[in-house]
Amino acid sequence: MHAESEPACVESDLINRDRMLVPIRINMAALKDPDGNLVGYLESIEDLRPIRELDAKISQAYSFAHLIGRSPQMEKIFQILPVLAQSDSSVLITGETGTGKDMVAEAIHQASSRAKAPFVKVNCGALPETLLESELFGYKKGAFTGAVENKLGRFRMAHNGTLYLTEIGDLPLSLQVKLLTFFDDQIVYPLGSTKGFQANVRVVAATHRNLEQMVREKRFREDLLFRLNVVRVHLPPLREREGDARLLLDHFLNILTGQFGKNIKGFSKKTLGILIDYRYPGNVRELRNIIEYTVNICPDGQILPHHLPAYLTEPAQWVQETDADNEQMLHSVHPDLNRGKSMETEQTWSAMERKIIMAALVKSGGHRGKTAELLRWGRSTLWRKMKQYEIN
Amino acid sequence: MSISSQPRPKKVLIPLYGDDVAPRFDLATEAMITFGGEAREQREEKIVVLPQSSPEKLCHLVLTEGIDVVICSGIEEEYYQYLTWKRVQVFDSVIGPRGAVLERFYQGMLQSGDILY
Repeated sequence: MHAESEPACVESDLINRDRMLVPIRINMAALKDPDGNLVGYLESIEDLRPIRELDAKISQAYSFAHLIGRSPQMEKIFQILPVLAQSDSSVLITGETGTGKDMVAEAIHQASSRAKAPFVKVNCGALPETLLESELFGYKKGAFTGAVENKLGRFRMAHNGTLYLTEIGDLPLSLQVKLLTFFDDQIVYPLGSTKGFQANVRVVAATHRNLEQMVREKRFREDLLFRLNVVRVHLPPLREREGDARLLLDHFLNILTGQFGKNIKGFSKKTLGILIDYRYPGNVRELRNIIEYTVNICPDGQILPHHLPAYLTEPAQWVQETDADNEQMLHSVHPDLNRGKSMETEQTWSAMERKIIMAALVKSGGHRGKTAELLRWGRSTLWRKMKQYEIN
Repeated sequence: MSISSQPRPKKVLIPLYGDDVAPRFDLATEAMITFGGEAREQREEKIVVLPQSSPEKLCHLVLTEGIDVVICSGIEEEYYQYLTWKRVQVFDSVIGPRGAVLERFYQGMLQSGDILY
């Protein structure tokens, strides 16, 4: 340090007499008399241990396993998850796609006393009914043609661990009954076997569907819902998590720039505005994908709006176009229809189309030929769509 | 006839920073090893330069060279315990020029925490 040097601040560490590595902050400054002559140096060393401990506590409060968030909704979830993990109750995780249901399930397993045992994941929507049954419960050699050897089911594989049933809303009704019997006596009967296996399994289920609604529509068994719904964790969509979008944007940018070895400094103000105002229908998964895209596209420096995927920077035009088309169609079939409510962005296209058909049917007094004409569709198209949307 | 069993002279390692004991065991890139005898004229010295600072490699050097005593300044508990477990005597928190420190050691007066300036 020279006499003319500005005061400096450096973070480092030292080893104290107790042989402990202590993080420190050193401040150094030159001391001068009123005439500007150098009279000495001042050096202060600050112990950063209390600050680091506080940092660790804060970051713990904002995350659990790989989940990150500081919105009040997520903080509540972070508080409840470690407690849930310690119990053995069934957990039902609900939330839109991309909200992190799989991560919560795995985090619950990892934080539980079953962490050393297997975590077995089954996607109930991915396999046909017959395959799913043998996949879940296993079968005995000779149970059916092709069963040349015994097969352990996922329940058996998850013995002493956790079985994660994702997309439980897609589980066929017949299997729901079988699952129900497992919940009652915890015994698994492989196909073709009379001998059961006592499986010590914790069941964690997840779905993006509204199970209560499915119960009302008789597509999901009420008694199974009651058994699964011992503890419910609802993951809020990203658009309802105030301030989390910014946190996650920075988090993924840090991680991905490191992974791709890019020298990206951050987002420009305009880019940040676009990213924060976006509604993220695909939630955190979509946000991560957007950042991955921009990190790939952006050469270095700041991320500018033209580095973002096109659908983010030109959404207004697209929405306006589709809105205008839909509005025209709706008005032609039903001028009194309340457009403000029907055009809510959360609505899916299928819901919108169903509404349009209903409105046209009402206008034509239920006459299908006139309805098809009004919609400028062929009769067969109208018939097909009515069948698809179950309009009788 | 009896064979007199003279104790082997102790082999000493001092991590160095210039001519002084290195302030940190884990950050030292040089070490001095002395052997041969307690008297200055009998003593032999060699300097080992490490490719980079590494407390693990320094511990490995201590064991492969058959060092009996390590004289250093700041050392983390982990490495201190490891060396003492391996029956290496460690004088830590010693501050001073290497010559003065060695003399003090061979006089049998060196203690952990000594400052020899």
